[in-house]
Amino acid sequence: MIVKPYGDRAALIETADPLGVRQAALALPGVVEAVPVAQTVLVRFDTDRHDLDALAQLTPVPPAEQSVGAAELPVVYDGPDLELVAADAGCSVEEVIRQHSGGRYTVAFCGFSPGFAYLRGLPERLQQPRLASPRTSVPAGAVGIAGEFTGAYPRASPGGWRLIGRTAADLWDLDRRSPALLTPGMSVRFIAT
Amino acid sequence: MIEVISPGPSATVQDLGRPGFAHLGVSRSGAFDRSALRLANRLVGNDEGAAGLEILGGGLVFRLGDATTVALTGARCAGELDWGQARTFPAGARVAVGPAVSGLRAYVAFRGGLAGPAPLGSRSTDSLSGVGPAPVRAGDVLWSGPTPTGEVDGAQAVAPPGRPLGVTPGPRLDWFEPDAFTQLRRSKWVVRPESDRIGIRLDGPALGRIRPGELPSEPTLPGALQVPPDGRPILLGPDAPVTGGYPVIAVVDEADLDLAAQLRPGETLRFR
Repeated sequence: MIVKPYGDRAALIETADPLGVRQAALALPGVVEAVPVAQTVLVRFDTDRHDLDALAQLTPVPPAEQSVGAAELPVVYDGPDLELVAADAGCSVEEVIRQHSGGRYTVAFCGFSPGFAYLRGLPERLQQPRLASPRTSVPAGAVGIAGEFTGAYPRASPGGWRLIGRTAADLWDLDRRSPALLTPGMSVRFIAT
Repeated sequence: MIEVISPGPSATVQDLGRPGFAHLGVSRSGAFDRSALRLANRLVGNDEGAAGLEILGGGLVFRLGDATTVALTGARCAGELDWGQARTFPAGARVAVGPAVSGLRAYVAFRGGLAGPAPLGSRSTDSLSGVGPAPVRAGDVLWSGPTPTGEVDGAQAVAPPGRPLGVTPGPRLDWFEPDAFTQLRRSKWVVRPESDRIGIRLDGPALGRIRPGELPSEPTLPGALQVPPDGRPILLGPDAPVTGGYPVIAVVDEADLDLAAQLRPGETLRFR
């Protein structure tokens, strides 16, 4: 693990296990926030007197000890980029659907917008670049792929992911006790409907 | 009851924001000049974190349904509210905050604080993701909460002086030319007009990168100075996205971020 200072109240940790490091960091005194993404975790403290050495010595909490849960998202596979994805994958549209809905995914992190979960576990031939030109508006519920990640847009926004379907799952609801349906570490499946 | 007659150029409800949800993609939000909001709340006897109005460039006009104690802090504004001093208006009073004469963001606190739903623990408007109430519009009716136990502070507050913003090196200093951090602190930076609560965009000598390519997205904090390929830094504000892919050269000290909230387009600033 590499620990880098991030201003007077925070540090950035480079790690292969951001979720495990997040869990471990949250148990340290004075930590108010630990935000994981693909390869890093930002840890914020409540004072400017914090101990970077303690961060470097953190032992990540193993996945088995993290209480994370699971979710299934119903998907209608009729996205506008299905044929593009099939062509780049060198297979049929049916095969794209079979591969995407057959995958076992894990929420690597959330970002971009509230409740937007980046899911890891995409079959290799579906790992494709973003659109050359992002759409100015992607509807809520759109299911897309980008690089090693797949995910669904919780609300309408601009976006550059290749869209292959849509889900009716309520991905973000502020009236729910846990507004985000998908949270870091959770396992996720897509069910073709 | 507070009836908004005119919000001015932009007015939003802000408290101290919603920290702790960045791992779900939610920005911190809250008052850009946090010490100004805290001060306004103290003046009217509120809890420091009560919700008030953040107004851009002054210009707010409202009518009070009940006798209410009000205080103005942050940017200095013309009009009948004295900066940094609580004043009690009778029921029915029409109160006009004039244009800001120095600074950019003014804060108006009402005794009792502004009531309303608090999604994820905050009444703040998040201008990026739409969490929290919509920006305040003419005709909106706002309600103050229960009278607090704290007493109204009769003292006149003292405005903090403007000064260079303290910075410490960021996590990706090694992506820049060796003298870039020195250049950041020695140069004059001009606030570009396209600045808002998401970020303050700066103009000045381009900060040169020695590493090309993209960084995988990293978590960010308000106060981070991100540098896009054009070399002109962006100082992230309270509504900034919680992740970003531009390298962060330096981070503004948390206590000095309040000063950044008061920078007007075209103004110059320095880092120390």
